[in-house]
Amino acid sequence: MNRRSILAAAALSPLAARRAAAEQRFATISMFIPAGPGGGWDGLGRAIEQVSRQAGLVGNFQFENVGGAGGIVGLPRFVQQRRGRGDALMVSGSIMVGAVLTNRSPVGMRNLTPIARMTQEVGVVVVPAQSDIHDISGLLAAFRANPGGVSVAGGSAGGTDHITLGLILRALGHSARQASYVAFAGGGPAQAAILGAQVKAGISGYSEFAEQIKAGRMRALATTGETRSDPAIPTLKESGIDVAIANWRGVFGAPGISGAQRGALTAYITELAALPAWRELMATRGWDDAFLSGQGFEEFLTADLAATETVLKELGLAG
Amino acid sequence: MEAINGLSLGFSHALSLTNLGWALLGCFLGTAVGVLPGIGPALTIALLLPITFKVSATGAFILFCGVFYGAMYGGSTTSILLNAPGESGSIITALEGAKMARNGRAGPALATAAIGSFVAGGVGTLGIAFLGPIIVDYALVLGPAEYFSLMLLCFVTVSAVLGGSALRGLTSLFFGLTLGLVGIDLQTGQPRMTFGLPELFDGVNVVLVAVALFAVAEALHMAWTHAEGKAQLMPVGNLWLSRADLKRSFWPWIRGAALGFPFGVLPAGGTEMPTMLSYYAERRLVAPEHEHEFGTTGAIEGVAGPEAANNAAAAGVLVPMLTLGLPTSATAAIMLSAFQSYGIQPGPLLFQTQADLVWTLIASLFIANVMLVVLNLPLIGLWVRILKIPTPQLYAGILVFATIGTYGISNSITDLLLLYGIGIIGMFMRRFDFPVAPVVIGMILGPMAEQALRQALTISEGDWTTFITRPGSLTILVVAGLALLGPRIYKLWARRSLVG
Repeated sequence: MNRRSILAAAALSPLAARRAAAEQRFATISMFIPAGPGGGWDGLGRAIEQVSRQAGLVGNFQFENVGGAGGIVGLPRFVQQRRGRGDALMVSGSIMVGAVLTNRSPVGMRNLTPIARMTQEVGVVVVPAQSDIHDISGLLAAFRANPGGVSVAGGSAGGTDHITLGLILRALGHSARQASYVAFAGGGPAQAAILGAQVKAGISGYSEFAEQIKAGRMRALATTGETRSDPAIPTLKESGIDVAIANWRGVFGAPGISGAQRGALTAYITELAALPAWRELMATRGWDDAFLSGQGFEEFLTADLAATETVLKELGLAG
Repeated sequence: MEAINGLSLGFSHALSLTNLGWALLGCFLGTAVGVLPGIGPALTIALLLPITFKVSATGAFILFCGVFYGAMYGGSTTSILLNAPGESGSIITALEGAKMARNGRAGPALATAAIGSFVAGGVGTLGIAFLGPIIVDYALVLGPAEYFSLMLLCFVTVSAVLGGSALRGLTSLFFGLTLGLVGIDLQTGQPRMTFGLPELFDGVNVVLVAVALFAVAEALHMAWTHAEGKAQLMPVGNLWLSRADLKRSFWPWIRGAALGFPFGVLPAGGTEMPTMLSYYAERRLVAPEHEHEFGTTGAIEGVAGPEAANNAAAAGVLVPMLTLGLPTSATAAIMLSAFQSYGIQPGPLLFQTQADLVWTLIASLFIANVMLVVLNLPLIGLWVRILKIPTPQLYAGILVFATIGTYGISNSITDLLLLYGIGIIGMFMRRFDFPVAPVVIGMILGPMAEQALRQALTISEGDWTTFITRPGSLTILVVAGLALLGPRIYKLWARRSLVG
């Protein structure tokens, strides 16, 4: 043993001690991210790596990023290349549900093995600070009177923001098609259009607008979750609109894996989600815990697919 | 003066040996990624994000600023030497820069680009420190209607690159507009002209098209027309700016910086529009004795102006990010996510709640800017030696370089097929005297104009008068009309007064 390796061993020993706490479940996990580096899916994948390695649950991670078109460029590649591999995971979420439908992708979520939903973010409906609409009932009244006259800014067409607006209009007895939806590329330009009162209202993920709301530059009318995310902001459900929708992210296994392989992946992710380090990381990133696995996750997925499909069909975006 | 106090506080944080080391590393990395077409600062910073778990916030942001500014410098180097722009802001630089390099003026072109970037980077950073919070509120007044009018103004710049035949030039422009349509439409979510290929759903990358049309097409055309045994070296010529060059560069630098910064601040501005407008302005304002150099031997004004505009716009992009928490470019979005991994929520209160960090960031932009010009000026001699490689080998090298860089965008074979497919089209365009610059201009402006038009019309409920009833939009349209017709009317008037 030379000096350097002794030093290295000394430096690693606290880590080694901590590793002994958890049993290693996988030597290697190959993590597939159907998006470019730096985005939300990539962030979730790399967060799983960080916590799993620190806790010693997994020895090594291999990442592959194949981005494009809401994940449906990467999806067929994962399905083909990882079929039957019990150590493969893919990050995915609501955005892919919509992208598969709008682009009529031949490979869909049903080709994957659901493991768990990890995080979710509710949406928020806002108006510019200088708007004469002060609460959600005011906005709903405007929608009732003339849905086409209320321009609403959000992300790309067919995405979660657009679907949320479609569901609200449907709940009011209008068609999703009547919406005056202005799609912007990326959160920056959409926020700018709302701050400058170029549009009447806006819909986006809560964290995207949170700081603008706090600074009083946007007025939050309602959040889209089942329960309140912010005690001061009502949900749509409380306002008599039966709409609850969130942008969720989770992990999936490869197609064609055995029940035992699926069980091993589920047990690993379940252990990870219960770690204090994972909760800590979610708190610093501002992610909401939405852990759901097994039967519950499959039921959720079926319901989400059906709701998304209904709205997208009505918008004429899915065939 | 709050800004001066803030700056001195920022410098006191940023000027330590470790931080200077981070700045140096960032500048070096940034220059490298700027040189490679395809890999941009956004991707690099995304790959560097994990260091935020280990390094202090100050160190990380200094590193990122170095990468950000460095990429702007590096992008112009390959534009000039190899006719292969590294990122979209330096596409216009290639127009005159590559011609200068082919005519023995690579040294002055690189020098004017480096100094112009320094001047504009300095002006832009001062702008962030002193003007940022004030002008960003005005920027929000501009909506989709105004953006559409701005795009129309930029379309006027196509006239500067149409070349001798308007028919050929407009054909090129429409080819570019068609390429710009490929991909999923933002407003309806429907794929257009993708032929069912998911690889085309996100559209065709504009840097890829510029590299294909400028560099690959030139190399293929060279191979086509190359006569055996007549290998000739390109002249290298003077390395440094002469007094006359300096005099000719000075006002383009200032004008470019003044144009670039406000465009960068606009939430939907970016670096492409101001570089186009600067090129157009320089082409119109050039002294008559140098006018013939544009499009033939390469005019230094056409490098100095757009290069300054590019860097000033890059600085301007940081204003909405720091003052409003609005990420208006991919790089800014990733820098914002770096803020979040330190538990800092970027937003309109950032200047108040994180004054230390914001001022340190601004100070490190100054440091990166100085470091880059110091690094780059001595390197010019080294870079220019690339041109001493015999032509066949040089062009073979350019092809290898373009191929690797393009594959780096998305590891996609489809992209390589596009690179060579469009490269071959470009080769024929060269052979039959079709200008290639309008293709790139059409490809950049077309989709932006289309989206702005449809956003504006959705907001106005289909009322076209929105473009003339909004004062901002009307003003820009009038300016566009003047820019298009002004020179012709002036010529007519000058001729009449000569006759009369």
